[in-house]
Amino acid sequence: MMTLSKETLTIQREPDVIYFRNKAKEYAVKIGMSMVGQTKLITAASELVRNMLRYANGGEAVLEIVIRNNIKGVRLTFADKGPGIKDVKQAMQDGFSTGRSLGLGLPGAKRLSNEFDIKSEVGKGTTVTIIRWKNGL
Amino acid sequence: MDKIPILKMGEFLLVTIQVDLYDRLALALENDLINMVSKTEARGVLIDISAVSIVDSFMGRILGNIASMSKIMDAETVVVGMQPAVAITLVELGLTLTGVHTALDVEKGMELLRNKIGYLPKEEEDLYDDII
Ligand SMILES: Nc1ncnc2c1ncn2[C@@H]1O[C@H](COP(=O)(O)OP(=O)(O)O)[C@@H](O)[C@H]1O
Ligand SMILES: [Mg+2]
Repeated sequence: MMTLSKETLTIQREPDVIYFRNKAKEYAVKIGMSMVGQTKLITAASELVRNMLRYANGGEAVLEIVIRNNIKGVRLTFADKGPGIKDVKQAMQDGFSTGRSLGLGLPGAKRLSNEFDIKSEVGKGTTVTIIRWKNGL
Repeated sequence: MDKIPILKMGEFLLVTIQVDLYDRLALALENDLINMVSKTEARGVLIDISAVSIVDSFMGRILGNIASMSKIMDAETVVVGMQPAVAITLVELGLTLTGVHTALDVEKGMELLRNKIGYLPKEEEDLYDDII
């Protein structure tokens, strides 16, 4: 996999969520992703950026256009230095929430992405990476 | 814009969301709508989201809250004009908008509301519900 372009944004405040979403959409449009693909990507991004703000007081979001086997995709990385997640498996379950919300952000973002990776260490922080390919289902 | 206007149309309230809402605005709308339903004793709430390009779990929860609070005050809630891509995405996200009815446009939404509150006791089915 190769990175064709890359941009890093700092997420600190609520309006950054919308700004980031718009940026992600721009990237998706640039590689010719379908409307449904774009919407899935942006929705996943919205969940993950919101988690970063809510549970880790913000962090960094990286936007990339990547290419693999001649197919382009958008990769988004959300990295924070927050409290980390004690039990990632539990956090990935539908309906699990320590924030008294719906508990759909992480599992939903996974379903909406073509590739999903989460790494978290208590006391160190959390990094979530997702990819949606141009022609991904 | 720091407030979304709520229009009163007879027994119904109509809200047209023109932009993607940031959280504070969405929460304010939830509050304002619930207050308005209580004050005006409206029987129905129509929320037009045709200009909304994304509904995430936060926005979904707000729509659900509006519907359940309105229901307590005897008003039904209809979300109209949801873009197909948004509807497809909601399913995969895993979000079910409990208590929220859906319709293609404002006109169909009004018709649905009238049926619900018993103007024309006709069909019970929602017009767009099977997509969600
Ligand atoms: N970046 C993060 N840092 C720390 N904890 C997190 C982070 N993201 C998610 N979590 C934890 O995982 C849980 C599940 O997250 P999510 O699926 O988005 O649902 P919700 O946000 O509704 O709780 C959260 O309640 C929180 O405990
Ligand atoms: Mg969340």
